[in-house]
Amino acid sequence: MQIFLPIADIPVNVFVVFTMGLAVGFISGMFGVGGGFLMTPLLIFIGVQPAVAVASVTTHVAASSFSGTIAYWRRNAIDITLALTLLAGGVVGSIGGVALFTWLRALDQLDLVIGLSYVTLLSIVGALMVGESARAIVRTHFGGPAILRRPGSHPWVLGLPLKLRFKRSKIYASAIPVLGIGFIIGFLGAIMGIGGGFLLVPMLIYLLRVPTATVIGTSMVLTFLTMVSATILHAATNHLVDAVLALILMIGGVIGAQFGAHAGQRIRGEWLRLMLGLLVLAVGLRFAFDLVLRPEDLYSIRIIGGTP
Amino acid sequence: MRPRAAPLMLVGLLAGAGPAAAAERLITALSDHRVLITSNYTGVQLMLFGSVERDAASPLRKGPYDIVATVTGPHETLRARRKSRVLGIWVNTRGRTFVDVPSYLAVLATGPLDVITNAETRRRLQVGLTDTPLPELIHNDIGTVASDPFRGELIRLMRERGLYSEEPHAVTLLTPTLFRAAIKLPAEVPIGKYQVDVKLFAEGNLLARADSTFDIVKVGFEQFVVNAAQQHGLLYGIATALMALMTGWIASVAFRRD
Repeated sequence: MQIFLPIADIPVNVFVVFTMGLAVGFISGMFGVGGGFLMTPLLIFIGVQPAVAVASVTTHVAASSFSGTIAYWRRNAIDITLALTLLAGGVVGSIGGVALFTWLRALDQLDLVIGLSYVTLLSIVGALMVGESARAIVRTHFGGPAILRRPGSHPWVLGLPLKLRFKRSKIYASAIPVLGIGFIIGFLGAIMGIGGGFLLVPMLIYLLRVPTATVIGTSMVLTFLTMVSATILHAATNHLVDAVLALILMIGGVIGAQFGAHAGQRIRGEWLRLMLGLLVLAVGLRFAFDLVLRPEDLYSIRIIGGTP
Repeated sequence: MRPRAAPLMLVGLLAGAGPAAAAERLITALSDHRVLITSNYTGVQLMLFGSVERDAASPLRKGPYDIVATVTGPHETLRARRKSRVLGIWVNTRGRTFVDVPSYLAVLATGPLDVITNAETRRRLQVGLTDTPLPELIHNDIGTVASDPFRGELIRLMRERGLYSEEPHAVTLLTPTLFRAAIKLPAEVPIGKYQVDVKLFAEGNLLARADSTFDIVKVGFEQFVVNAAQQHGLLYGIATALMALMTGWIASVAFRRD
């Protein structure tokens, strides 16, 4: 069944888009990530303009992270002080990201920057995850020495001024690195159409030493809040959010996520991280090929505006 | 929507008086004057019908009549960009802005344009894709540069998307004076007012022309969404965000396991 997307201005097959939502939802439920980094490339692949894809996926991620937030809220696994501090940085980051997005579009370089950001970020994060999980697998299978962290060894950034007490996570740290991380996540989210969960979780664990009990729930809340603000900002400034597209994606997404979460519970953590790392790396490489290989068509056109 | 191409549904007739000297008159009609874009729109065909009216004063023509129909969509400003390799990656490096060019342009004829009339007449009457002016912005000046590679590439890209076309055999003469042509409107056509300009030639000379228009409009839900997104961006954004919250909430209630 074909449906005409009003903002993307193209007809698409509802079942294809719904299935994409379902598949990405499955993966996001399985790994506990938003799935924006997979959804945006898939939409670009079926012919949606990159700008509309990025803007609409923010809405899709807002929906899936909201249902996640409710689930973690019920389990009391959210550090709300930490989430709100991250958010303060995140909103500023989103505003900066949307502004840069608008400016790059005017310069004809938006697609390039989206591509480059995907390559850089996904290759690095993917490689780190594969490396880390592979070491963990080797350790558990061959019984190597586990790496112990010395108690009391805190990164220097936590010692900066403006100390805050994050009760639920049982940490006492400077607000500056927290705001900074929020800013980075909000900024990248607005430009790349990603929730940033796959970046935020490692940052919270390794930089802020947030305990595992609250890390996923807190990351969910932040993803949800930044994606809601990015949706509103994209709609208000660039008029590129396709609500029809976003709705089909989110319905598929929330259903897929339920099945994914089930499947994820049956797989060991390090194997799950290895699979996610390989997936992230593969998407990054796909973007790298597009940038490096000679495009089929050197020319392209963009509509600047109509004349009434 | 499905093409409502019943030949009998001629919803309007428009007569155009030709140049005073010639006695032929051209009468054309379109199968529809409003094309509605609804949620299952995937392109449509409009039928153009026409008749050459002769009277006692019309001189006897040696050859058959030739028809050239030009369909022009609403004008828009476009940017054609070219990628080249910078530090190993492909980047948009050069571009050209085309001001007020047709967003849709179809030239339909009874035969090859260079057979119908000579180059000078084609240029003067702006008949055919090569002779349609596509003004470009060059250093704050606006002009048409026929030799610019960007112009050629723009036409090629628009042709690939089905938005520009030149079809030398798209107009069928049913009888020596009655003709018919299909105007193909692909799914990507922009909304707005479309001009249909039909020219009648014989022996290389323009005898008569007739103008007609049709509208492509988005209706119902699509129109509502587009209006909301463009005129009330902030409200639209908030509404979309609320929709996301509702979906997320419904999902968490529906799949609650505890």
